[in-house]
Amino acid sequence: MHGWSTAADPARDTGWSEAPARKGFFTDGSVCIGCKACEVACKEWNGIPEDGLQMLGMSYDNTGGLGASTWRHVAFIEQPRRPVGAGSLTPLPLVAATHGQEAGGDPGSGFKPDYSASAGASSGPQDTAAGSAETGIRWLMSSDVCKHCTHAACLDVCPTGALMRTEFGTVVVQDDVCNGCGYCIPACPFGVIDRREGPAGARNVGIAQKCTLCYDRLRDGMSPACAQACPTQSIQYGDLDELRARANHRVEELHAAGVADARLYGADPDDGIGGAGAFFLLLDEPEVYGLPPDPVVTTRDLPAMWRTAAIAGATLLAGAAAAFVKARS
Amino acid sequence: MVPPATFTSYYGRPIVKAAPWQSDIPAYLFLGGLAAGSSLLAAGADLMNLPELRRVARIGALFGAAAGSAALIHDLGRPARFLNMMRTAKPTSPMSVGTWILTTFGPLAGMAGAAEVAALLPFRIPIAGRLLDAAARPAGLLAAALAPGLASYTGVLLADTATPAWHAAHRELPLVFVGSAAAAAGGLGMVGARLSETTPARRMAVGGAVLAFTMELQMERSMGLSAETLHSGKAGRLFNASRGLSIAGAVGTVALGGRNRIAAAMSGAALLAGSVCTRFAIFEAGQASARDPRYTVIPQRERVTRS
Repeated sequence: MHGWSTAADPARDTGWSEAPARKGFFTDGSVCIGCKACEVACKEWNGIPEDGLQMLGMSYDNTGGLGASTWRHVAFIEQPRRPVGAGSLTPLPLVAATHGQEAGGDPGSGFKPDYSASAGASSGPQDTAAGSAETGIRWLMSSDVCKHCTHAACLDVCPTGALMRTEFGTVVVQDDVCNGCGYCIPACPFGVIDRREGPAGARNVGIAQKCTLCYDRLRDGMSPACAQACPTQSIQYGDLDELRARANHRVEELHAAGVADARLYGADPDDGIGGAGAFFLLLDEPEVYGLPPDPVVTTRDLPAMWRTAAIAGATLLAGAAAAFVKARS
Repeated sequence: MVPPATFTSYYGRPIVKAAPWQSDIPAYLFLGGLAAGSSLLAAGADLMNLPELRRVARIGALFGAAAGSAALIHDLGRPARFLNMMRTAKPTSPMSVGTWILTTFGPLAGMAGAAEVAALLPFRIPIAGRLLDAAARPAGLLAAALAPGLASYTGVLLADTATPAWHAAHRELPLVFVGSAAAAAGGLGMVGARLSETTPARRMAVGGAVLAFTMELQMERSMGLSAETLHSGKAGRLFNASRGLSIAGAVGTVALGGRNRIAAAMSGAALLAGSVCTRFAIFEAGQASARDPRYTVIPQRERVTRS
């Protein structure tokens, strides 16, 4: 829809000759219970400093959003329950999972999602994620993270080469190279990456920071800390192809159970960023969760911008030359 | 276009992040443009034998490049690592392209400017002074050859982001910026050189101001909803000031710039101040558009609805 060639393998396209299958996250908001174990595990594993202890008045969210020192962020939305027929009244089923088999084989991440285990029931209605009849609200919770875009604007615009594509197809800041120019920050269509401004003395102050998809753990064959800590398998790590198949199956399952709102976000390789390495299952429009409805990598328009700059430069040169025609009085 | 009355967001929080840049960056936008325009004016004055205009313009280019570079380094999160910019050259990064243009332009414009400064000293510098004199013309002409790139890339630098007001203006920003650069450089020439030598400076100043003004009108149409940010708050005040100063400067230049030395200098100063305000207004409009999720959500939601 945006006219991108589908880059299925960003690692190889970047020059990795021997790259494993592209890795990513599937974050399934329909089974998130808002425990924030992902936020804590991420902070602990990556040694991220504290970045604010305020009450934000945003439901149970006192984290606020992703930033230099917040690489996982759980969004909490309390919505009035919708009228019957709107699709979301039915509490979410946590159906015994058969995902993984369809995708054909082991994802390499060492686990398969098993919704029945986390639900404690094979197919019964479950009030935690969908809301409860007594309170009259429905809870939406979802753990946000860097999208590890196929076409990553942060990486494109980085002038030092500090942002790099790893062999896993993820996007990582090299802490010893970044000089804190800050260009990646307005370039990101999701507002993920930021410059660490404090606290004074903390590691990597003054440089850009974001989720690494636990590059260090991946290289040792382990799952990222957030996925490892997630108690409901809302955060699933694995081969991107396999995660997409699993996610499609999950959406079909939810639709069949009457949850018409369920949709994937960032899973389409033809979207404005060429598909995300970390994608989501949402139960409402993306902007409800603080996500852009139609993100496009800014560098898609860069060739047109350079052409405009060339025209502008030529205009300046011609104008300056014209200014000197018969200029001696 | 009638934007929807309401839109949804996550507790009103921004979606995209505003650039972490302080006033160093809009100051550089101005200084880099001033340096580029001045180096063109200096090259023409050199070839046409207008020594006073050449001196003002060369020193202006030296000052713009030096102060602009200092502002860029100061704005880094880790200024000591500024040389890391030189470890790669990336056409996908306007900042990388601009760094290479500026690091080539700077020493060349610097040499031409230094020759003018040396000539102002009460004594002659032995050997090095004569080398500088010999190098001034080729260095100044090479700097002028790079000037169109230096003046225009900053438009791409801002536009190549997810900042709604900047990206939406990507078809016009480089043209607005070269117009603003020409107006500033012409203005400086009018402030610093005698009337008999400022004909090219006046033409450049008025041409630049007219180009910037007309491209701004078109830019506002392209920006759609985010054009609001040019008309409210800090950006709105700066944009109004930029309009007022640029129009006053251009009118003054045409009416009195060739006849009255004081009026010429005042018109030139107004054009310089107008260029500063233009850069700060566009910078602040972008920052405001990033801080309010409506400028991210509404246009994207409309795009989704249309497709």
